Amino acid sequence: MKKIIWSIICVLLACAGLGYLSYRLQKPSVEAKKQNLIIYNWGDYLDPNLITKFEKQTGYHVVYETFDSNEAMYTKIKQGGTAYDITVPSDYMVSKMKKAHLLDKIDRDKIPNLKYIGTSFLKKSFDPNNDYSIPYFWGTLGIVYNDKYIKKGSITSWNDLWRKKYRRQILLIDSARDAMGLSLASMGYSMNSTNNLKLKLAQTKLNGLGNNIKAIIADEMKMYMIQNEAAIGVTWSGEAHEMMESNSHLHYVIPKPASNLWFDNLVIPKTAKNKKAAYEFINFMLEPENAAQNAKYIGYATPNTAAQKLLPKKTRNDRQFYPSAKTLSHLQVYQDLGNKVTQEYNDLFLEFKMYAR
Amino acid sequence: MKSKHFVAKFYLIFVLVVLYVPIFYLIYFSFSSGRNMNKFEHFTWMHYQTLFQDNRLLAIFLETILLALLSSLIATIVGTLGAIAIAGLQKKWQQKTLLALNNVLIVSPDVIIGASFLIFFTALGIGLNFGSVLLSHIAFSIPIVVLMVLPRLKELDYSLIDAARDLGANNYQVFSNVMIPALMPGIFAGMFMALTYSLDDFGVTFFVTGNGFSTLSVEIYSRARQGIDLEINALSTVMFLFVLLLVGIYYFITTRKGRKGRKMVGGLIK
Amino acid sequence: MTDKKTRTLFIVPYLLWIILFVILPMLLILWYSLTDSSHHFTLNNFVQFFRNGIFLRMMLNSFWYAFLITLVTLLISYPAAYFLTRVKNSQIWLLLIILPTWINLLLKAYAFIGIFSNGGLFNQFLHLFGIGPVNFLFTDFAFIFVATYIEIPFMILPIYSAIKDINPAVVQASEDLGASRWQTFKYILWPLSWPGVESGIQAIFIPSLSLFMLTRLIGGNRVITLGTAIEEYFMTTMNWNMGATIGVVLIFLMVVVMLITGRKRRRKKVNL
Repeated sequence: MKKIIWSIICVLLACAGLGYLSYRLQKPSVEAKKQNLIIYNWGDYLDPNLITKFEKQTGYHVVYETFDSNEAMYTKIKQGGTAYDITVPSDYMVSKMKKAHLLDKIDRDKIPNLKYIGTSFLKKSFDPNNDYSIPYFWGTLGIVYNDKYIKKGSITSWNDLWRKKYRRQILLIDSARDAMGLSLASMGYSMNSTNNLKLKLAQTKLNGLGNNIKAIIADEMKMYMIQNEAAIGVTWSGEAHEMMESNSHLHYVIPKPASNLWFDNLVIPKTAKNKKAAYEFINFMLEPENAAQNAKYIGYATPNTAAQKLLPKKTRNDRQFYPSAKTLSHLQVYQDLGNKVTQEYNDLFLEFKMYAR
Repeated sequence: MKSKHFVAKFYLIFVLVVLYVPIFYLIYFSFSSGRNMNKFEHFTWMHYQTLFQDNRLLAIFLETILLALLSSLIATIVGTLGAIAIAGLQKKWQQKTLLALNNVLIVSPDVIIGASFLIFFTALGIGLNFGSVLLSHIAFSIPIVVLMVLPRLKELDYSLIDAARDLGANNYQVFSNVMIPALMPGIFAGMFMALTYSLDDFGVTFFVTGNGFSTLSVEIYSRARQGIDLEINALSTVMFLFVLLLVGIYYFITTRKGRKGRKMVGGLIK
Repeated sequence: MTDKKTRTLFIVPYLLWIILFVILPMLLILWYSLTDSSHHFTLNNFVQFFRNGIFLRMMLNSFWYAFLITLVTLLISYPAAYFLTRVKNSQIWLLLIILPTWINLLLKAYAFIGIFSNGGLFNQFLHLFGIGPVNFLFTDFAFIFVATYIEIPFMILPIYSAIKDINPAVVQASEDLGASRWQTFKYILWPLSWPGVESGIQAIFIPSLSLFMLTRLIGGNRVITLGTAIEEYFMTTMNWNMGATIGVVLIFLMVVVMLITGRKRRRKKVNL
């Protein structure tokens, strides 16, 4: 018996040791001193050199933590116990967080550099007065294709995806809103449709795409497109940009007749500890020079018109990533449709997935 | 006869090759400086360096082991006591009912266990974190321990217990000096199995984890969803060595325990 | 044995476990399947499941894949198990076969992402014969291959122990009596090893119905099994009621399969 009690104690001691070690490993990132600015952002979504520059200029210490989906970020902030000073939700998530009272109202007087943001990127439906959010990057939903398999310029609209010859060639983004949205858009309906009949029609049309689908995946699409594993991918412009940097055979199009326009935004959560630093940081990031540097590093499109002018001409005039005003006018921003309709989108998309073979 | 042996060996080697190729494929590319598993570029330790500087992954690794140790320990205690109690039940139908309920979690697929536990934790308002994962791992390990201990109890020589009692041993002494030592091989095997179940589990953990807590399986899944990352390959080399070590320790302990132990190894293989 | 009082003390935590983690979760999943999102009683979920062709189609598909996986696994495993009983040092061979089951499942699945890719091992191999590159990733073939790969050891072990338990004298006798190899197999080996085959099938068929991470990583979400559907309903669409309904259907199917294949046996892990 003694032996047994000893072995139990040993196991418990080992557990305590392991627990302590893992605590120590994770600790440095949680440290929250007064002069810290804690940024909670998507992975690799900010030029590290800018962080150093900001630290030098202001004397704050920046802690950079990352998340990989809007939902994960939302849950974490909602659950509390965090002290993030800045986070970066997408459009529909801004309105969801706003409704859940998680966001601090922004005092625009403290951000003089707001004037550099193009007016077309302000006062969007998810935050009509920009009381809570400042646009950070923006982009579109579109189609990437590989010119090794597909003739250049032969894909211009969503309906082209349904062509019989693309059997098993399409990688589709695993997102209910985007998949249902592209089907709605291809029929000329709004990508924010809430009408049950239209949604059903969109699903039926999507079912017809089943044979052309190779896989319905998310982040790994980047890798597969780069490795020439598939001919066509439906994804966001930011992802597409990264793919194209590694594989020159890839091209991006914003399909006709309409597509999604998305925004990632800087916001200050209510739980922020160092709001002063947060304002300074936002202002710092809106400085045209810094915004341009960040855009060059990340490759996404910046809403900062003054910064756009500082970008190389080739980038600035790249209609794949800085679409013309005419194209822009066809794009739609997702709205938060409420729980019930969001559920319907999700269920219909899942039924499509069951059908898609 | 010779040719038959040749066919047998050839076929078995073929099966083994199929079983091991993916594992060594992973290990091989963990030393490649490239970015994918298509072409071996240059030899490098780079991915191991990243791995050992990746605090998050290391912490997850430690927590996974912590979880396995703790859950298997608790499951072993509860399961062993439960098995003793079941064996002591007088009525056959009681035994049968308990055993049937015991087996529910063993035959149920992971998704069902995971989904039903998720509902359970939410209904009770238990937050999803280390605690919920620990409870789930204990829960699905208990029946295994019971199944490993019960046969030992059936083989138990009751005249030994009577003898101990005749010699004036009290209940506690009978329990600690006669029963437990006799059950030890079963208890040990049960705990070991619980440990491996916990280390290997993905399905259940995936449902009941949350709030930043993650086990290795869940973490590998979310990383594999980002595409190929040779750091995972480096991790698999480490895990392979870890498994070899674990198996080594198990054999060391069971064979050192002497003649009795060997029987147990045989029993487990069956 | 120990007296009544201690025994009650022993059984309390165990009974608590049975009530909390076996009975209650099962009741809860049943309850969810019989309610709608606002917790009102309804049979609508089941009606939808059996009326909406998509669900039945998905279920049949899931069955078909599980059947294929089990069949292929059996075809590969049976000879292996038989040969295992015929070689010297069978314990070492056995150990080598069990060892891979210890490597984390996710790592093995991950390995196949590399192996099946356009420039991966499979295509390099085909290239030697001047074929390819062939797209393997996200095909039915890839999915079944990987699932089979994972299940093989779990099929070999029960069959191995069943064959080992057959008295060699019986086989010897049948050969002495002039039975051909096929006859010996058909009338002696197969029937006598059937319990092993049965528990192997049981250990593989049900989990194959509920595979969910392989369908994502290797099947590219094109193969949706009952398990994937449950996972998606619970984790992605958050429609727990429909998820629970599919869960209840899966439990029902599981019971049916178990009644058909007979006695309950230990599943999954057969350790050293």
